[in-house]
Amino acid sequence: MNRYPVWKYAIIVIALLVGSLYTLPNFFGEAPAVQVSAVKATQKVDSGTQSRVEEALKAAGIAAEAITLEGTSIRARFATTDTQLRAKDAIQKALVPDPADPNFVVALNLLSRSPAWLTSLRAVPMYLGLDLRGGVHFMLQVDMPAALSKKAESLAGDIRTVLREKNVRHAGISRNGQTIEIRLRDAQTLEAAKQVIAEQFAELQTTDAPDGSDYKLTASIKPVAARNVQDQALKQNITTLHNRINELGVAEPVIQQQGLDRIVVQLPGVQDTAKAKDILGRTATLEVRMVDESGEARSAELGTGPVPFGAERYLERSGQPVIVKKQVILTGDNLTDAQPGFDSQTQEPTVNLSLDAKGARIFKDVTRENVGKRMAILLFEKGKGEVVTAPVIRSEIGGGRVQISGRMSTVEANDTALLLRAGSLAAPMEIIEERTIGPSLGAENIAKGFASVTWGFVAVAAFMCVYYMLFGVISSVALAVNLLLLVAVLSMLQATLTLPGMAAMALVLGMAIDANVLINERVREELRAGASAQAAIHTGYDRAWATIMDSNVTTLIAGLALLAFGSGPVRGFAVVHCLGILTSMFSGVFFSRGLVNLWYGRQKKLKNVSIGTVWRPGADAPAKLD
Amino acid sequence: MEFFKIRRDIPFMRHALIFNAVSLLTFLAAVFFLFSRGLHLSVEFTGGTLMEVSYSQPADLASVRSTVAGLGYSDVQVQNFGTARDVLIRLPAQKGVSSAQQSEKVVASLCAATGGAMQPDPQQDGKQVCNAAAGIEPLSLRRTEFVGPQVGDELAVDGLKALAFVVAGIMIYLALRFEWKFAVAAIIANLHDVIIILGFFAFFQWEFSLPVLAAVLAVLGYSVNESVVIFDRIRENFRRYRKMNTVEIIDNAITSTISRTIITHGSTQLMVLSMLLFGGPTLHYFALALTIGILFGIYSSVFVAAAIAMWLGIRRDDLLKAGAGRKDEDPNDPNAGAVV
Repeated sequence: MNRYPVWKYAIIVIALLVGSLYTLPNFFGEAPAVQVSAVKATQKVDSGTQSRVEEALKAAGIAAEAITLEGTSIRARFATTDTQLRAKDAIQKALVPDPADPNFVVALNLLSRSPAWLTSLRAVPMYLGLDLRGGVHFMLQVDMPAALSKKAESLAGDIRTVLREKNVRHAGISRNGQTIEIRLRDAQTLEAAKQVIAEQFAELQTTDAPDGSDYKLTASIKPVAARNVQDQALKQNITTLHNRINELGVAEPVIQQQGLDRIVVQLPGVQDTAKAKDILGRTATLEVRMVDESGEARSAELGTGPVPFGAERYLERSGQPVIVKKQVILTGDNLTDAQPGFDSQTQEPTVNLSLDAKGARIFKDVTRENVGKRMAILLFEKGKGEVVTAPVIRSEIGGGRVQISGRMSTVEANDTALLLRAGSLAAPMEIIEERTIGPSLGAENIAKGFASVTWGFVAVAAFMCVYYMLFGVISSVALAVNLLLLVAVLSMLQATLTLPGMAAMALVLGMAIDANVLINERVREELRAGASAQAAIHTGYDRAWATIMDSNVTTLIAGLALLAFGSGPVRGFAVVHCLGILTSMFSGVFFSRGLVNLWYGRQKKLKNVSIGTVWRPGADAPAKLD
Repeated sequence: MEFFKIRRDIPFMRHALIFNAVSLLTFLAAVFFLFSRGLHLSVEFTGGTLMEVSYSQPADLASVRSTVAGLGYSDVQVQNFGTARDVLIRLPAQKGVSSAQQSEKVVASLCAATGGAMQPDPQQDGKQVCNAAAGIEPLSLRRTEFVGPQVGDELAVDGLKALAFVVAGIMIYLALRFEWKFAVAAIIANLHDVIIILGFFAFFQWEFSLPVLAAVLAVLGYSVNESVVIFDRIRENFRRYRKMNTVEIIDNAITSTISRTIITHGSTQLMVLSMLLFGGPTLHYFALALTIGILFGIYSSVFVAAAIAMWLGIRRDDLLKAGAGRKDEDPNDPNAGAVV
């Protein structure tokens, strides 16, 4: 009765083999490495790049343990951190001759030492969270109202253009928060304006109301379109963050959307946290506006008069005030690139801008109408605006290629280009959560988590072996298998292991032993009641199963709740907790039964079972209350 | 080896009133401390900045405190973290100042207080480290944590949602598996554990952080299954011993499951103890919450849950509605009573 069919043993053997295979990479430890990846999506990292890396290392006389091309990056492994640093310098020099315009990111990384055949099976070590490997974690909140007002602002500009084209005369268009107000003189033009907006602006809905003798048409962004705007803003910000983080040279950055308006950035192994925060926290947005050159504005510029209506006063980087109109011609959305360069004729340093199609069209119109006037490029950081540059328009500029030149040094051109590039965030962001963990603390956390699991395991196993004899040994082996499978599953899924996750590992082992205690106690009880050894084992396992299910279901409910509502450290805990409960069902019941069957199942006349003392209270009947 | 040589059923239910009175008093005390003292919530919930600074010498907390207070922070907490050389500094959230500036300013002034100066690290380009005259590093920033106030509020709401989810889930499960009276009894008993854990945290002003919240919920799921085991046994006894009355049946059920209860919880506690001893300060309160939860979990499932079920008036008919005769023959019946 206590025999497993062959297929059940086959399942156990396969599970153990697969489990060991995927647990194995965790034992090899990590080696210092240098990782080379491309800055831009168009740039390819291929075998050609790999041979350049190899040559660079050979030229510098550095021996790498292995150089591999994986996906979009080349990884070179080294024996010590010292050679790693020297190798990084050598590769950097060979691949990135001009630090101002890098094609490749050369970053320090840690690589698993596991042999290639394991890696080719996709068996890789567990993915360690920041609290175990050190690094920086940020959560950024995207300012969605700002994104919407910006969209409304650019729509207001579009409406103005379209109404002019269609010859609909209006008495003023202004943005009020996230809505656009258009004033119209009579009912006829009101109808015409409504018509035009309905035809040309699918994302707007309008309401009108008489306003004195005039009419006021209020256009607001439809909820669906607003959601779209928010999605786009988030995506654009994520892309921008990717580009910015490439500047930092991080090996495996994580940039993810969280919820509707948040972005999580994790930079493992980053030491230079100040620079990281600086680059991420640069919540800049870019706007192109015309400089107000009326007489009133001039006097306001000199500080002798008030700022005229419809204009604002901003400072240039040199501290010189500039009065610019409120109307935005272009935003950072329309700017695709900004690079420093030199004028082909005068050899002056320049900043070269590329605009997208829409931007190019607007820019052409604006420059044609404003030759000889000044235009200002403003950078808004944390609500404060600053004029980056305010050049004079010399001629009509078409084609979307804009060159800004004059009164600039090479360094200034570089700075301006960088600022303009960084400015292409769709909406401002704010850091709302931040965690920095030093690398030594990470290593310490691993050691502590490991010690907790080990000593807890040893204590429980020792107790089980003493208390339940052979059944205790089997329970302990089952517990070890549980740990093995849990690590294997975590490695396979590449779920992030954190310190709370390691705590969950220890806790789940403590809870998993419950299944074996239930079984062993039940077997003892059957023996106490006078059942034969084989029958006791059989009913013990069968009867305990329902209780084990119950206990696991309630624990799993709590685990799932944590997974659903938890964030950060709680989620790390919950993932390991839930997975551990599932693996414990396999190891605690199915696997341990297999071992028991293997040991006792074939003995027909089994007299004694090694399960510790089976104490009998004299009489067989259950004791009664008096 | 056998620890539990119990000859006759222990009359637990005879003392049910006393156990429940003890429970009620502890519960009321916990509620009182929760309201009078409140939880010492971590930065994750309140928002603010947390910095862990490691000194090369044992740190003088008073001078650290006065240095940080000198920067104009009103509500600063400075305490040792694990060893005498590690210091934990908590700063309240400030409007308009980014966390980066906050932590840099604090480290710079602490560095100046030890006679060092912030200099670029020669090994890691760009990183600032504190250097004293003799070329030693008197202090280093080991970790910082900054949480904006809006995140904190959300975490509290999410925590309550998770708690509601666990309570509802477990109640539905128990109501399906047994009967509503058991569901109510189990959830009252185990929620009272949760309140008592919180009460401990409020009384000792231990830091209540996200991992502690996770521990509390994990304990809730874990100790409910304790009640489940006893209820399973009660149902089985109702079926088996037709002559016993409810009180006797409950006493018998508790007595026959007590060895399993103690051994299981003991094993889990061994693991938790290992965390408490080796897990370091980060896991300290997590392990502490689990310890309290496990201890009170035993107490409440054994003494409180069964008694409440008894007072709610469980009867044989409640549990044996659907053809009791069939069940005993079919071990695969999902509704069959589980036994220990």
